[in-house]
Amino acid sequence: MNQPSYLILSAVIFGIGSLGLLIRRNPLVMFMCVELMLNAVNLTFVSLSRSLGDVNGQIAVFFVLVVAAAEVVVGLGLIVSILRRRPGADADDLDLMRG
Amino acid sequence: MLATTVVEYMTFVVAAMICLMGAIGVVALRNPIHNALSLIATLFGVAVLFVAQGAYFLAAIQIIVYAGAIVILFLFVIMLLGVDEVEEMRRERSMIRLPLALMASAAIVGLVLVSVLVGSREVTGRRTANGALDEGSDINVLGRSLFTDHVFAFEITGVLLTIAVVGAVVLARKAKGDVIDFDEFPIEDDADLEEPDDLDTGGDNSGDVSGDSSGDISEDSSRGVSP
Repeated sequence: MNQPSYLILSAVIFGIGSLGLLIRRNPLVMFMCVELMLNAVNLTFVSLSRSLGDVNGQIAVFFVLVVAAAEVVVGLGLIVSILRRRPGADADDLDLMRG
Repeated sequence: MLATTVVEYMTFVVAAMICLMGAIGVVALRNPIHNALSLIATLFGVAVLFVAQGAYFLAAIQIIVYAGAIVILFLFVIMLLGVDEVEEMRRERSMIRLPLALMASAAIVGLVLVSVLVGSREVTGRRTANGALDEGSDINVLGRSLFTDHVFAFEITGVLLTIAVVGAVVLARKAKGDVIDFDEFPIEDDADLEEPDDLDTGGDNSGDVSGDSSGDISEDSSRGVSP
């Protein structure tokens, strides 16, 4: 399979993830959409790494995976501590910093 | 040769379908548990595409770390907080939000597609000198590059994971005393006033989790709302 089809697929997945991030209001689902976008970027990295014959794209995917794991740990901790104090809060309710 | 091409094409088509269906499921389904399961489908499809492109180690990591750890963490938090019963469509959303979001994401996809279709026709740049994927299996090349060229970034990765663990412990710890100053952050959520069931179930859930201090919180909040 040629390379542009992989890139088009990852662009479409990235677009779906950004759409979900914009229209969903449950913070957990918004986090899942961020994971979706990260995976689309990983697919682009691997595809270009193969077409260039260069391993550094796969190294980038490795670091993206590690950073995604750390981000999920801290983000879910934040979501747990927010939702424990305000049960059922969604992203529109969390407007304490609005001026 | 032809058979190999056909097999690769069919693999791509099937995996792309799995990815797209899973991605649409993450966005469109209402129950967060279904969202998480759809996310697993997408991650599995991406792992299949990694295998099809020769990135075997990353495919294994994708399954183990993402589907095995991250999504399970999501499911754990969903069941811990009980947010799968809270419907997020309880309020009227503004009508202009959905078309704006559609336009924005379509603009993102269009931008990426234009840059991909125009720019990837001629891939410029010199071939790499120290990380060519042609020699040997990919995990040898990956490991050699990771522990020689990128060893400093690898060490920083270890520091980052340590910071994440410490941050998660600090965030999830049971706090002493008053957690929130309710004069500074008054509870004025009308949803809580309308639906006392919602508040009760949340209080029970958090009571299971963290014992005494959350009981104090719910007492404080009910005192705050009642007048």
